Formats: sequence, C-alpha cells, structure tokens
Amino acid sequence: MRIINRRPGRLTALALGGAPFVALILTYAVASHYRRLENPSDKLLPSLESMGSAFWRMAFEPDRRSGELVLWADTYDSLWRLGVGIGVSTLFALVLGIAIGFIPHVRRSLAPFLATFSLIPPITILPILFIVFGLGEVSKIALIAIGTAPVMIRSTAQAVIDIPREMVIKAETLGASVWQMITRLVLPQVLPRLITAIRLGLVPAWIFLISAEAIASTSGLGYRIFLVRRYLAMDVILPYVAWIALLAFVIDRLLLVLSKRAFVWHHLEGDSL
Amino acid sequence: MTGAPLLSVQGLFKDYAGAPVLEHVSIEVDEGAFCTIVGASGCGKSTFLRILLSQERPSRGEILLNGAPLPDEPTPDRGIVFQRYSVFPHLTVSENLILAREFEEAPLTGRLYGPARARLRNEIEGLLERIGLSAAANRFPAQLSGGMQQRLAIAQALVKRPRVLLLDEPFGALDPGIRLDMHELLLGLWRERTMTVFMVTHDIREAFKLGTRLLVFDKVRHDPQEPSAYGATITYDLPTGEIAPEDLRKAEAIVNRVPPGTA
Repeated sequence: MRIINRRPGRLTALALGGAPFVALILTYAVASHYRRLENPSDKLLPSLESMGSAFWRMAFEPDRRSGELVLWADTYDSLWRLGVGIGVSTLFALVLGIAIGFIPHVRRSLAPFLATFSLIPPITILPILFIVFGLGEVSKIALIAIGTAPVMIRSTAQAVIDIPREMVIKAETLGASVWQMITRLVLPQVLPRLITAIRLGLVPAWIFLISAEAIASTSGLGYRIFLVRRYLAMDVILPYVAWIALLAFVIDRLLLVLSKRAFVWHHLEGDSL
Repeated sequence: MTGAPLLSVQGLFKDYAGAPVLEHVSIEVDEGAFCTIVGASGCGKSTFLRILLSQERPSRGEILLNGAPLPDEPTPDRGIVFQRYSVFPHLTVSENLILAREFEEAPLTGRLYGPARARLRNEIEGLLERIGLSAAANRFPAQLSGGMQQRLAIAQALVKRPRVLLLDEPFGALDPGIRLDMHELLLGLWRERTMTVFMVTHDIREAFKLGTRLLVFDKVRHDPQEPSAYGATITYDLPTGEIAPEDLRKAEAIVNRVPPGTA
C-alpha cells in the first residue's frame, strides 16, 4: 500500500509522537555525559539529575530571602501578564475585527491604518512604553497587547469578511437588524476563528512577555532566566525553558478543546491541528 | 386577473463596469404566479434574481413591488433560497427555523431563552413535520444530506411569510430522485400559501413542470467580434399550460447553447 494511505494505529501513533522527544533527551544526556567526563563541574550541559534537583529546589523549597516558592511565583506573575495582555488583544480583536469586517465605512477608515500600524516591530515601542507607563506591569501588558492585537484584529476581520454573503442576505430577509446579525450570525461564526487567532497570537505574546520581563522586571519566568544567566546556571535555565514550553503547549491544547466543545458545528468537517 | 400586478419591471438595464448583462427587461407579474427563469449560462438570469432581491441595484429602469419602488436592500417581504450557504451552519435545524421569530421578539439580543424559546419551538413543529425533519430537529446542517439542507432552507425562507419567494438554482446540486421530492414539497407549499415564486433553474423540464410562466433569458443582438457587447433580455415569456412542442424545443436549444467565447 502507498505510504499516504497507511494510517498508524493508536500505539504506533503514540510511539511516533514520543520518538523525537526521547531522541532529544537521549542526545542531550549523551553529550552531557561526555562533557562531564572531561570536566565534572561543567556548567554548559549539566546532568539531568542536577537539572531535576534545581527544578525541585525552585518549585518546592522556599527561597531563603523572600520565602516564596520561586517557580510558582514566577509562573503566576508571567501567566497573569500574559493573560491580561491577550485578554485585552482579544477584546480589541472582537470589537474592531467585527466592525472592520462587517461595516464598509469602518473598514475604509481603519483597515489601512491597522495595516500600517501592524508593520511596526512591537519591541521598538517598548522604550516608549517604559517612558510613558514606567517600568511596572502596565508597560509589559501593553507590549503584549500592542504586539498581538493588530494581527488578531486583522484575522478576525478577515473571518467576518469570509462569512458567505448569502448568509448575511438570508439574515436580512429574516428581518434581522445589524446588531442582531452581529449577535446571532457574525459573533458565533467568528468565535472559533477568534480562538485560532488567540492560539496563533500566543506565540508572539510569549516572546514579548519574556523580552519585557528580561529588560525590566523583578519577577516572572523571563526575569528568572535572565537573572540566573549571570551565573551560567544552565541547570535552572533549561528546566525553565522546558517549563515555559509545557505551559504554552497546555494552554494551546486547552483552547483547542474549548473550541471543539463549544463549537461542535465548526469541527464537523475536516481535521484541525 | 384584476388590479395592478404585484411586480412590475420597466426598462431594466444592468451593466458591470460598462459590460451590459441585462437590457430592455420589462415584465409584469401577477400575485400567485410561479415564474421559472431559464437561459444559457452567463445570460444574467441570476443577476435578474439578485436585482429582485435588492442584492444588486439596476443600472437603469424601474421596479415596482406592490405599487411601491423596490426597497434598496433585502427585506422580509422577499424570501430567498440559494443553491448553497442558505442555512446557518452554527445553528441546529430547529434553531434555524425559530431564528426569524427570535429577531422579531428579542430586538436587543436576537435570542430567546426558557419558556419563550420553548413556545417558538412548538410553533415550528408543524413546519418541521411538513419538511420531514422532525427527527433531525437537533442536528446541525453539516450533518444533513443536501436535500434535507435545501428543505430546511425553503422552510426557513417561509417563516416570515414573504409575498415573493426567490430561488436561485435551489436544486442544482441534488440527485434527480431527490429533486422530484423537492418539486412536490415546493409546489405544495406554493399552493398552500399566497405567494409569488421566481425560480432560476438550468433544467428546462423542471422549469416547465413547476412554473405557471416560463421566462427565457437570451441575447437578441450578437456581435461576433465582441460577445460581451450586448446584454440579455427576456426573449420568451410563455404560460406553461399551453406550450407548443416547437417552443419547448427552441427554449431547450437556448438553454443548452454554449455561450460564445467559452467554448
């Protein structure tokens, strides 16, 4: 049988999916082993055990100075910033995206501006934000929102434009007002696409979060990584990176599950990643 | 027939960026007529239907509906069934049917809850039965066959009791057997309600079978150097009850003709 027609079974799929992860960890373990043979106190590729114990220390042993469980405090602070930033973007995407996608006058007025604005590299705005809002939470959240909102607004607007014209006309012949069309036709059709936009927006959002925390912060996952970098503490940095990846993965999956639960009709056709 | 016609079209022209699609279209239609519209592809029959729906505006000419100029945008007095995308994919069958009533009763949210919603569901039970979708009331359109979807689309278009029902090749994507069922349903609903039907179709036999009046769109003038130089108009306007065999053959020839420039 041709390879494009062969489908892996459950167990094979699991093994195939796990293989790259196992390969990465094995490669690391071997490389680390040989480096430490030459220099037992090597800092660049610490052993898996030392990373484990460092992670344990960060997660379950109170910090000597602050008395906090550092990992959880960092995670809470970072996720809070990420959540508020993405929340603000989502709100903008909904309101402006629907207005731009549905109302031609708004589209003519805002679409060119938005297209221009979204070309500004968000990191270049960060100094401005620090000057205007200070070094506190507001400027970090603003960076995430400014960095993700334009693309999310545009993809939401496109989702509105993609609604077949026939459906809008049908709604008109059923006596719907513009507001009713938004609540009963546009919003429900756009929400699953908005979730996709959030999932895609989270990728740059993490970058902006870590950047902002690295530059000016006293807490958060990005702050911690750049703090311990001074001591070449790879045994902390690597688990933190893995932890961030895990958080991002779990959030992404949760959003996908939410979309499949809440918008059954949207997932009736085709596969989704 | 007495009194003014329900629909009156006088000197209708339509062009897209200078290219004429329709020209000199004039017609009067009485209430209760079932007009089937045929013609070669690209002859503007769907454009004519979209103009009747106010989805598009005529370039020139006057259209009176019930004595008043046609509204500038689609309104509930004209129902529509498209070939595709007619029903809302995010609503179940019964939600699709109560939607129009929800728009009426909940101006702010367009949505009813609890007892009010249950009452609307009761109201549409007869309609569900009529279109044979009672058992599928809670399914989404993507879970229905093409014929079931179009039955739903027709029923949904009738909820507001429009005086005019417009159908744009509603059965074009359906199997022949299913089409026969759809013909029965559509004719039945048309007889039960006082409404005027305009239906665009590719199938001349379907047009004769369903219609009380057959409108054939075709170009009367041809420029072989520039096929798009002239628009189409109504070349035949026949009451289908008393059709002569040669008329049928002529109409069939027009419908099946390959438009110049596409072969």
